[in-house]
Amino acid sequence: MEEKEITNLTDEHQEYVINMGPQHPSTHGVLRLKVSLKGEIVKSIEPHIGYIHSGIEKMCESITYPQIIHLTDRMDYISAHINNEAVCLNVEKALEIDIPDRIKVIRTIMSELTRIQSHQLWWACFGMDLGGLTCFFYGLRDREKILDIFEETCGGRMIVSYNCPGGLMYDIHPNFQKRVKDFIKYFRKILPEYDQLLTGNVIFHERSKGIGTLTKEDAISFGVTGPTGRASGFSCDVRKHEPYSAYDRVQFKEILFDEGDTFHRYLARIDEMWESMKIIEQLIDNIPEGPFAVKMKPIIKLPEGEYYQRVETARGELGVFVISDGNKNPYRVKFRSPNFSNLSVLNHIAKGFKIADLVAIGGSLDLIIPDIDR
Amino acid sequence: MLPEIVALNTSPTLSVPWWKVVYDFSALTDWIDKSLHNSMSPFWTTITEMLIIGVLILLFYALVGLFLVYAERKVCAFMQNRLGPNRVGPFGIFQTIADLFKLLFKELIPIKNADGFLFNLAPFIVIIASFMAIAAIPFAKGLHAIDLNIGVLYVMAVSAMGVIGVLLAGWSSNNKYSLIGAMRSGAQIVSYELSVGLSLITIVILAGSMQLSVIVEAQRDGWFLFKGHISAFIAFIIFLISSTAETNRGPFDLAEAESELTAGYHTEYSGIKFAFFFLAEYINMFIVASIAATVFLGGWMPFHVGSWEGFNHIMDFIPPFVWYIGKTFFVIFLMMWFKWTFPRLRIDQLLTLEWKYLLPINLFNVLIMAFLVLMGWHF
Amino acid sequence: MRSIIEYFKEIIFGVWSLLKGMKVTGSYFFRPSTIVTQKYPSNRNDLVMFDRFKGEVIMPHDENNEHKCTGCGICELNCPNGTIEIISQTIVTEEGKKKKAIDKHIYRLSMCTFCGLCVKACPSNALAFGQKFEHAVFNRALLIKQLNKPGSKLKKGVE
Repeated sequence: MEEKEITNLTDEHQEYVINMGPQHPSTHGVLRLKVSLKGEIVKSIEPHIGYIHSGIEKMCESITYPQIIHLTDRMDYISAHINNEAVCLNVEKALEIDIPDRIKVIRTIMSELTRIQSHQLWWACFGMDLGGLTCFFYGLRDREKILDIFEETCGGRMIVSYNCPGGLMYDIHPNFQKRVKDFIKYFRKILPEYDQLLTGNVIFHERSKGIGTLTKEDAISFGVTGPTGRASGFSCDVRKHEPYSAYDRVQFKEILFDEGDTFHRYLARIDEMWESMKIIEQLIDNIPEGPFAVKMKPIIKLPEGEYYQRVETARGELGVFVISDGNKNPYRVKFRSPNFSNLSVLNHIAKGFKIADLVAIGGSLDLIIPDIDR
Repeated sequence: MLPEIVALNTSPTLSVPWWKVVYDFSALTDWIDKSLHNSMSPFWTTITEMLIIGVLILLFYALVGLFLVYAERKVCAFMQNRLGPNRVGPFGIFQTIADLFKLLFKELIPIKNADGFLFNLAPFIVIIASFMAIAAIPFAKGLHAIDLNIGVLYVMAVSAMGVIGVLLAGWSSNNKYSLIGAMRSGAQIVSYELSVGLSLITIVILAGSMQLSVIVEAQRDGWFLFKGHISAFIAFIIFLISSTAETNRGPFDLAEAESELTAGYHTEYSGIKFAFFFLAEYINMFIVASIAATVFLGGWMPFHVGSWEGFNHIMDFIPPFVWYIGKTFFVIFLMMWFKWTFPRLRIDQLLTLEWKYLLPINLFNVLIMAFLVLMGWHF
Repeated sequence: MRSIIEYFKEIIFGVWSLLKGMKVTGSYFFRPSTIVTQKYPSNRNDLVMFDRFKGEVIMPHDENNEHKCTGCGICELNCPNGTIEIISQTIVTEEGKKKKAIDKHIYRLSMCTFCGLCVKACPSNALAFGQKFEHAVFNRALLIKQLNKPGSKLKKGVE
């Protein structure tokens, strides 16, 4: 009897299960990962989601189209502006409205600023996940500059609610162009510091190179998009393939790597910040004159049918699918959120690595939990 | 009646003017010793002296701990473009005292299914280990609680004992994160103890003694860091790295790796028991820094350059205690600088660093140092 | 031999990369002028928010205690969360006509998401965003606010 118990303990199938989350410093929210360990090595990961499910898709069915905007802010709250834009573009596509250039250009600039601040926050948190706490403060310090720009123009810092179907809520602030130019000048000087602090660091190289490799085939079959997918060589940039707003008139490079490990996911985001700055620089001096919003009917009703619009958020492809029955409320709304697909790949790529690697891989996927649960 | 009068008549006085005490504390300690002998039997004298020293070290311990916590918060704040604590008192200097009171009043949460005895014992082991090590450190000339002839060995041995407390804490908490943290800590300290020892041995070869006072005296005409050529410098670097690892500080803070294991081995501790772990971490840092200062940077010995009489004289003017504190805090600052710059290593990389890099280099370094000493090529 | 050179190269490059990182943090440590944090509660009085800052919804009143709200209820319709509730009353104007007017404009700050739809939709520009940002209270009943001040009237000329 005694012996049997002992053999049971040393059983190969015995698992050491730890719950990472819902409260855990490295899951960045209420994601719960049920991790089976063998010593330090991760055997399997089972993500449990739904802790911050807020029923946004269902809520959308009972409110009007302009009101949906403020809910999308709260899905992927780090790239709120891009989410807003997706809904607006969808509504405008359904109503077949011609959007003036001024709105398109401003939306593009705002989206790229959103992308930069999202990547800054990601850089800050990624550094912190790896134990470099100073990164966190540098990232947030620089992000604050963009949030100030947002606050001056939109009135909100993170939850901007700046778009509305048919245009923008307000015109840009008179200081907007100057501030953005100042920021670009400042950030071009600061970004090499990020490299000195983390990118070139030998400990960081050791921690991230060859960790959590995602092949191109897997990236496609799991539907992994955004910088995570592009680091694996999956060309999935919606801005390139299906240009919306003013992306068809700017020159920028789609960042593609073949390796697909944590280090290249990191590099993809750092390089995207450079590209975003290039896009903003091309547009900021030539914002065309014109109205900041098209005159819309007081009650927007979409013609009966199904509409789909996809945009590139900071984390990947966000799709907005609306079924309209001709009323002022949508019949059904579905968001294809990038984080949900990106999370699904975690078990696949983190298996066999150590706990510390799991944290690094999770950080490199850049997950925003409310966007997963919606 | 007679003996008392005699005793009063020969009441000992300080052998040097009072203001010279800061340059040589032995006059003060001699005077205290003689005064006590005059009024008590030898047995009670020893007891009283032990009590005095015990209380002094306790006070010093608490003060250094509180100050280091404050210093760390300020240093990291300035590195991170922040102000740091600035609310309690001028520049927030009383912040840590307020924190201490908070920790004292906090509830000690009992853990279900924890091994109660070991759970309560662990913080004491950690703090006693660091407490014992502080006794053998020479703070200034004549300010040295116990001058063992194997001082270096003693400090190393005692400060490594703290890992037992860490292991017990992790095991007895009945928490999976704690256990992983404790196991990591065990592997880490067993490996890095080697490097600490070997890098100190490099200097012991140069000094020819393990007695800390002798090591300090030997640096009268130049610190070992400069006397021992490149070899001593390499030993210093290795000592810095491995002692950072030994004290469980970033970038080697795997045992408490907050982003992976929430708080590692002390996840389940609260209140004053947590404060013990916290304080011990900082005191350990202070101990390894003062060992580095004593062994490599001349301890309380002022900075002397060969035959520059005038310069040496000016340097002598600064009290030894100030020299000691200055050097120690320089080393502590370096360790804080490491912690707030680098990302954390992974456990296998940590062991790779030790066994594949530090240890071979260290062994080779000992060989070079022995050769240098034999040939008499050091200064 | 090559592997030995590689070994030392690795060490030297590693240490060099670490020193570069230390240069960044060290340079900030010795430049306290780069500190970005502020002593928040003590600089409360000289904090200036941006003019478009969305602190809370307010109803501006002029010096005669007059506002522009006609009580039409468009803001209530536009609000996605039911934050706004208009309680209207029927008053008799000077000409003796019966007219709908506002009695209470109830604004529940705790439910507001600051989307700005009410301010944008208001046909008479009666609503605006205030600059106050410290909303914490001990009793949540205090978060239910009446925007029109007691005794206030509709401004002349606003329909």
